[in-house]
Amino acid sequence: MAPEENGTRRSFTSGAGLERAARAADATAAPPDAKMAAHDLHAWFGTNEALKGITLSIPEKRVTAIIGPSGCGKSTFVRCLNRMHEVVPGARVRGRVTLDGQDIYASGVNPVRVRRRVGMVFQKPNPFPAMSIQENVLAGLRLSGEHAPDPAGTAEKALRQAALWDEVKDILKRSGSSLSGGQQQRLCIARALALEPEVLLMDEPCSALDPIATARIEELIHELRERYTIAIVTHNMQQAARVADFTAFFYQGELVEVDRTDVLFTHPSNRKTEDYITGRFG
Amino acid sequence: MSRESTGTGSNGGGSSDPVSTHDSRLSTLDSLNAPRALSERVIAAVLFACGMVSIFTTLGIVVVLVKESAGFFSEVSLGQFLGDTQWTPLFTDKHFGIWPLLAGTLLTTAIAVAVALPLGLLAAIYLAEFAPERARKVLKPTLEVLAGIPTVVYGYFALVYITPLLQKFVPGLAGFNALGPGIVMGVMILPVIASLSEDAIYAVPASLREAAYALGAGRLRTVFRVVLPSAFSGIGAAVILGVSRAIGETMIVAIAAGQQARLTADPRSPIETMTAYIVQISLGDTPTGTLEYRTIFAVGLALFLLTLALNAVAFRLRRRVLKGGAL
Repeated sequence: MAPEENGTRRSFTSGAGLERAARAADATAAPPDAKMAAHDLHAWFGTNEALKGITLSIPEKRVTAIIGPSGCGKSTFVRCLNRMHEVVPGARVRGRVTLDGQDIYASGVNPVRVRRRVGMVFQKPNPFPAMSIQENVLAGLRLSGEHAPDPAGTAEKALRQAALWDEVKDILKRSGSSLSGGQQQRLCIARALALEPEVLLMDEPCSALDPIATARIEELIHELRERYTIAIVTHNMQQAARVADFTAFFYQGELVEVDRTDVLFTHPSNRKTEDYITGRFG
Repeated sequence: MSRESTGTGSNGGGSSDPVSTHDSRLSTLDSLNAPRALSERVIAAVLFACGMVSIFTTLGIVVVLVKESAGFFSEVSLGQFLGDTQWTPLFTDKHFGIWPLLAGTLLTTAIAVAVALPLGLLAAIYLAEFAPERARKVLKPTLEVLAGIPTVVYGYFALVYITPLLQKFVPGLAGFNALGPGIVMGVMILPVIASLSEDAIYAVPASLREAAYALGAGRLRTVFRVVLPSAFSGIGAAVILGVSRAIGETMIVAIAAGQQARLTADPRSPIETMTAYIVQISLGDTPTGTLEYRTIFAVGLALFLLTLALNAVAFRLRRRVLKGGAL
């Protein structure tokens, strides 16, 4: 794990690292508003408590990374932010999650409406195999029974945002599963963006990709942060350091520490965080 | 020893110090290897023979079909076989048009599919997507029990129960007809379609359902727009298997459909399918070697070609889906 620590530190001395650190410093000068916030959030799978009272804000138009060892509840946390946790049989949630101040778990809130505003990209690219590339991008609209007034234009816009347009513009009718893994993942990002969500949740979006495809996705996250609020779960600490303005460290279902990414990685205030980022466990 | 060491030399074995131990180990391996290679060869030959049995059986059937059919077609022209609209080989005024038998087969099969496809598919969707795990564990095997009922039982069920019941609602329904056996045949192939479709739907990865939910899709749209299209190949295979079972089904139609070759699309009248005709001749007192006797091989060949074509469609369908082409 020692090389990883070095890698983390090194990235802060690079140009991009400094630039990002400076931007994060600006962010502290005027703290961004919380787009989403969890208040004392508990989540269960059956009798197993996966989240034990998380209180955490996701700042608007910033990238928030959630790191921690396997089974720490980081994926469960983001799945609670768009009410995807409850899709799993036997899963329960207690607590408050607000989107622009409104509780998404209040009675009468339609989870479908929440998911339209809070998009999600999964660990494994999951384009719909029975649909073409263009149909995949438009799937969100079609699946919610909406009629896209300009399907070709909508698809092009989303594919451009996902930095995939140039690669697929001539093969839009081909099956989504004919693309490479990295392209499939960008297709899934385009599919989420086509619904014009306000928040984008990414659950280890690069864990099934090679380093080159990973770099493209990370570049993309840099571009998307201008317009979207992003929460990204990652196993990879260098990735958190590269893409995130803020980083939260989860351990055994609890939030140990959250801070600006440069602060968390250079001067963690909690011993457990330090042990984790220096590779002493996890 | 020296001969063995030259043998290992080509394997790049060390020619320096540990040569002796190396060699002795290899020679043990060689002695173990020889009989195993022999027994493996014997087993491979036996397995090959077993595989060839089914191939030769198939070939034998095709050869007999073609040979006897050739005898038939030397007396009856292909033009008569495909051009005539009457099938009366046992009458004094003989006609050999296949269409009445083909129509009977297609009519009963169509009725069976009309019953089994919607019921089977909806049952599969319920079992795979909506039924609680406990209900699924009970319902699926129960459904599959239907497949274990002997078809002769289905046949009598059609004749003595379904047809009289239908006669109360359907005016002009004959005692022997296509409708009753068609419906019962639908029930017979229902478990095939439902069970195989359910397997296909159940096998659609959960990640696709999650993707749909995360895009704000409701449960019904997720099932009908994402899950079913993804399971298309499996469902298609299930339906085609059900159809070939219906085409090949013999007892139900032989008992309850009437054995009257008739070119009609009216399900109320008695008809005869290709399979039922073959039964009629095989069991009757038609002397072997006569033209009447040879008709069943011509009909059998036509039946064989029909199912072969169906299987080819299923094969191409599956290959297209496996290639990952958009549907």
